Amino acid sequence: MALLEVKKLGISFGGLRAVDDFSMSIEKGDLYGLIGPNGAGKTTVFNLLTGVYKPTDGTIFLDGQNLTGKSITTINKAGIARTFQNIRLFSKLSVLENVKVALHQHYNYSALTGVLRLPKYFKTEKAMNERAMELLEPFDLQEDAMTLASNLPYGKQRKLEIARALATEPKLLLLDEPAAGMNPKETASLMNTILTVRDEFGVTVLLIEHDMQLVSGICEKLSVLNFGQLLCEGLTGQVLSDPEVIKAYLGE
Amino acid sequence: MKLKINPAARKSYITYGLVLAAFVAVELLLNFGSPSNMFKGLLVTFCIYSIAAASLNLTVGILGELSLGQAGFMCIGAYSSALFSVATKDSITSVWVRFPLAILIGGIFAAIFGFLIGIPVLRLRGDYLAIVTLAFGEIIKGVFASVYVGYDSAGLHFSLKSEGDLALAEGGKTLIHGPQGISGTPVDSTFEIAFIVLFISLIIIYNFINSSTGRAVMSIRDNRIAAESIGLNITKYKLMTFSLTAFLAGVAGALFSHNLSILQASKFDYNLSILILVFVVLGGIGNIRGSVIAAIVLTYIPEALRKVNSDLANYRMLIYSVILIVMMICTSNAKIRGFIVGNLQKFKGLIIRKAPAAEKEAH
Ligand SMILES: Nc1ncnc2c1ncn2[C@@H]1O[C@H](COP(=O)(O)OP(=O)(O)OP(=O)(O)O)[C@@H](O)[C@H]1O
Ligand SMILES: [Mg+2]
Repeated sequence: MALLEVKKLGISFGGLRAVDDFSMSIEKGDLYGLIGPNGAGKTTVFNLLTGVYKPTDGTIFLDGQNLTGKSITTINKAGIARTFQNIRLFSKLSVLENVKVALHQHYNYSALTGVLRLPKYFKTEKAMNERAMELLEPFDLQEDAMTLASNLPYGKQRKLEIARALATEPKLLLLDEPAAGMNPKETASLMNTILTVRDEFGVTVLLIEHDMQLVSGICEKLSVLNFGQLLCEGLTGQVLSDPEVIKAYLGE
Repeated sequence: MKLKINPAARKSYITYGLVLAAFVAVELLLNFGSPSNMFKGLLVTFCIYSIAAASLNLTVGILGELSLGQAGFMCIGAYSSALFSVATKDSITSVWVRFPLAILIGGIFAAIFGFLIGIPVLRLRGDYLAIVTLAFGEIIKGVFASVYVGYDSAGLHFSLKSEGDLALAEGGKTLIHGPQGISGTPVDSTFEIAFIVLFISLIIIYNFINSSTGRAVMSIRDNRIAAESIGLNITKYKLMTFSLTAFLAGVAGALFSHNLSILQASKFDYNLSILILVFVVLGGIGNIRGSVIAAIVLTYIPEALRKVNSDLANYRMLIYSVILIVMMICTSNAKIRGFIVGNLQKFKGLIIRKAPAAEKEAH
């Protein structure tokens, strides 16, 4: 059984059919790409998968669990974590705190324990600090642990979002244009990081990206979206040489 | 892997130090100096407003929701604690038992109301909390200003008309005299007790902020969708914060009602809620220490101006408003704040005689 099973997903905004009859199936351990022209509906698919929008049609199953129409919070607890195309960090918290706050499902103590500073508070905080630093390590963010998130340069903000998403220990990680705004060198290092993350954290990755260097470099399978509909899907090499895809998206 | 001391924790220690130093200074003044009666009379009020402002800052600055009902929660705390003290002042003679209980009761009743209001309102997005708390404050004030409550051998009696309407049996006693409120509350709020309550309140507030709960609350403030996307239960954290604000407002109300022997609901009007919000805004949104400083300074100034001389006293509200505007410009305008902070640091450098250039070279 596939890890993520999406069937005939659809949503309309007023008269606009942003996503229509979209199906996809992702196996555990896949590094899967979702590509397509601007406005094709890629981010909308992410918003549907994570509960930001409720689908008007179709179903979403993760690991056999029906997540169709569930809330953002429930879906994250079920095992889907994401990053955002327009970065959404907790800007007035430090880098370390951004990750620590996402650890709450696995390391926690009650508000009263926190206010009374019971021994469990100190023990858990220490464990959280250590775990958060571990999560920052693959992204080279340890040095910036005490920096305010909003003071990070753009590329690091994108990495921090990935670290924060990983802190919730998801089964499926959704990355919305992780390389946007990065130079080729940064992109190359990000590609390595994504591969490392997939292998070391044992998480399945679905990513949206316009950077073809990254897509052809690390994605094993692709789905191409055009005007809200699935244009083509399959192994990366086959999809990228498909004449329809070249015509609609890649250009000559 | 080395972590420096958490800057948030450092902030709290500085505040504790400042507040303690202020307490010691006041105690010295009380024992060895000759402070004016006006100043002595204001000491408990400083503590009350500091607690009210710091706790409101939890909702306004940490949670990022606007509440205009702080006076309403103080009113509930004031009335419930005063009723408790009036009813038990003969049976519980020790102030050190009765007053802490009264304060707790004031806080708990206010927190219950905060929780009940929060359940429907905090689920919604937008400024509904401001609207509802505004109405709540006015309703609470209105209810307490018009209710008569008494008891006799047959139990409690209520009326909305008059004291006579209570029809108390022989030996019965009126507890709440409508607009005349509650009288005969023991005056238990000494400066020392009020200070201890303020200090504990600050510890609660800082510990709350610097815990996983506080981080969750701030992340909701900074980005709601991202907070949901990491699995946080938004409503739970909002309710917790708002109830804690209400609890501490109730505690402040309990200090208030035990500061004078007569308690009237008309004191807890919209102006009081706004006054406390002004302390929060001018002290800096999200800055707990600023709330305390603003509460004290802005309570003291109008009273001090009243005392100076009659000419100036006529203009005291004018002067006060100019001070408010100047403070607002200083705290909200980044350029001016930078200028002040920069000069303060220069000033500090002069006093401590540290050569910053030499220090840099050493690295
Ligand atoms: N909340 C919304 N309300 C109305 N229209 C929306 C909404 N969200 C997305 N759309 C529309 O849906 C279409 C798909 O947008 P989406 O953001 O999913 O595109 P995308 O494939 O992610 O594009 P890009 O590559 O530029 O990020 C666009 O026409 C967009 O304007
Ligand atoms: Mg997009």
